[in-house]
Amino acid sequence: MRKSKSLTQKALTELGRDKLAMISFAIIAAYILIALLIQTNLLNLPIHDTVGESYEKPSWAHILGTDIFGRDVFIRVIYGVKISMSIGFITTLIAVPIGIVLGALAGFFGGRIDDFIVWIYSTFSSIPYLLLLLALALVLGKGIFSVYIALGVTSWVGICRVVRGEFIKYRERDYVTAAHALGAGPLRIIFRHILPNVLPLIFINASLLFVSAIKAEVILSYIGVGVQGKPSWGNMISDAKLELVGRGVYWQFLGATCAMFIIVLAFNIFSDALRDSFDPRISNKTKER
Amino acid sequence: MLSYIIRRIIQAIPTLFGVTLVTFIVFNVVGGDPVYQMVGKGAGQKEIDALRRELGLDRPLYQQYFFYLKQITTFDFGRSYATKQKISQMIKEGMGPSLSLAVPAFFFGSILGIIISLLVALYRGKLFDRLTVVLSVAGMSVSVLAYIIAGQYYLAYMSGLFPISGWEPGLRGVPFLVLPGLIWVIVSLGSDVRFFRTVMLDEINQDYVRTAYAKGLGKYRVLFRHVLKNAMIPIITRLVIAIPFLYTGSLLLENFFSIPGLGSMSINAINSSDFPVIKAITFIGALLYVGGNIVTDICYALADPRVRLK
Repeated sequence: MRKSKSLTQKALTELGRDKLAMISFAIIAAYILIALLIQTNLLNLPIHDTVGESYEKPSWAHILGTDIFGRDVFIRVIYGVKISMSIGFITTLIAVPIGIVLGALAGFFGGRIDDFIVWIYSTFSSIPYLLLLLALALVLGKGIFSVYIALGVTSWVGICRVVRGEFIKYRERDYVTAAHALGAGPLRIIFRHILPNVLPLIFINASLLFVSAIKAEVILSYIGVGVQGKPSWGNMISDAKLELVGRGVYWQFLGATCAMFIIVLAFNIFSDALRDSFDPRISNKTKER
Repeated sequence: MLSYIIRRIIQAIPTLFGVTLVTFIVFNVVGGDPVYQMVGKGAGQKEIDALRRELGLDRPLYQQYFFYLKQITTFDFGRSYATKQKISQMIKEGMGPSLSLAVPAFFFGSILGIIISLLVALYRGKLFDRLTVVLSVAGMSVSVLAYIIAGQYYLAYMSGLFPISGWEPGLRGVPFLVLPGLIWVIVSLGSDVRFFRTVMLDEINQDYVRTAYAKGLGKYRVLFRHVLKNAMIPIITRLVIAIPFLYTGSLLLENFFSIPGLGSMSINAINSSDFPVIKAITFIGALLYVGGNIVTDICYALADPRVRLK
């Protein structure tokens, strides 16, 4: 007898048929691969080497020209992949667990715990996001670790809200009652029974969070509280403010903007496709009303 | 109704209290001591101690916190570390320029977003719909900073279509606001259109739309009379939530176009570790947000009596 497909399998098959989503996924995978190769030193990029004159125009030898110190811009853009991916990844790694745990506790237990957690996140969401982010990056000191922490601490609210909402919805379901009756403890119900149902939504939100972290890095770098001494896309884009005027040096700006555009676009398209294939609203809509 | 309003206001107090806690922890506990940066490298211990006493940073944390609470409740935020001006005065002066950029840009941006999403709903599945989706996703994928830098360089510096930067009060200031306003609209349009489109398409699949068509109503009548009205609820919610944040304007746009509003003020404050200024701007921002939420909820309660019972 053939086993019928689960909803997740169905959704994944659907996702696999979506060509655009698969191309996006390949791009994301390629960026991750580049980041990993640089991180593990398997790909050793000479980001500090002088290869030519200051501000050489793009040519076949240096397809994105050189920067103020005569360093190859293309190599620095590629190195930026690692910085951006690590910012996206570590921010997500900090924010998502906080969001999941707080959201799950609030939604599952309700009552005082819920009130307390809702209080925390409504406090965070009423503070203007960019101001809090900049302030936090400032007081933590310049550098990439501050960026990780500032972004991580400010971006869990969205996930927490979503997870809480889902847990409130699921805690009344029959399968949860059944698990209670079988003697499962609250932690087991939260993590083994309910959480898997919320995972697709968490993935979607995590990928949006990843994107907003990459975008926020640019702003932090421009304000001067971002990554220091390393070629991040944010630094390269903010340098353009000085390079364009008078000199017309556009290649650092163009290279970093395009590299960022491609990965952010891929994430946007992929998370959209993920939502379309997992969102039960699209198929259940008529039933509910 | 009155009891609902009172209840909502009382509910807001813990949130505002939380905001004071967060800002206090960020600046006074984690941020600690900006004195070293303020006095410069050559300063002796005596100067440092004197400055610390002057700023009240030598007192225990709980006293500093009560002092901060007192400042907030009296709306007297003290003086800026950097410029020595009164912060309440600075905020009063900065609000005008910020709003002169933010309000028109927000207004036109939202209207444009709604119009585009209505057209998309009209032509859903057709080329125009797909093109809009592609463009808005692509538009969202470019860094805000890239828009600003490219816009300022190509449209103002190279082509001279707009003044490069500056601000003036009254109507003479309008030319300065066009380009930053335009960039604001372009930056926000992508995500706005995507959101509005989803809302419109959600509505279009509802039963009442089918009923309206079945009654023999025309396409436009259904769209404008029925769909738009229902879609306005989520759209207005999204817009109202954004309004309180308008008061800081756009930090980056104001900074690039030298608009002397709260946005550039915040950036300057961050660059000079001017903690009291950032604290004050942050707190007022949060206050407006919470206030805005209460107003929204009251509007809902007026429109829908069921809300009051919750």
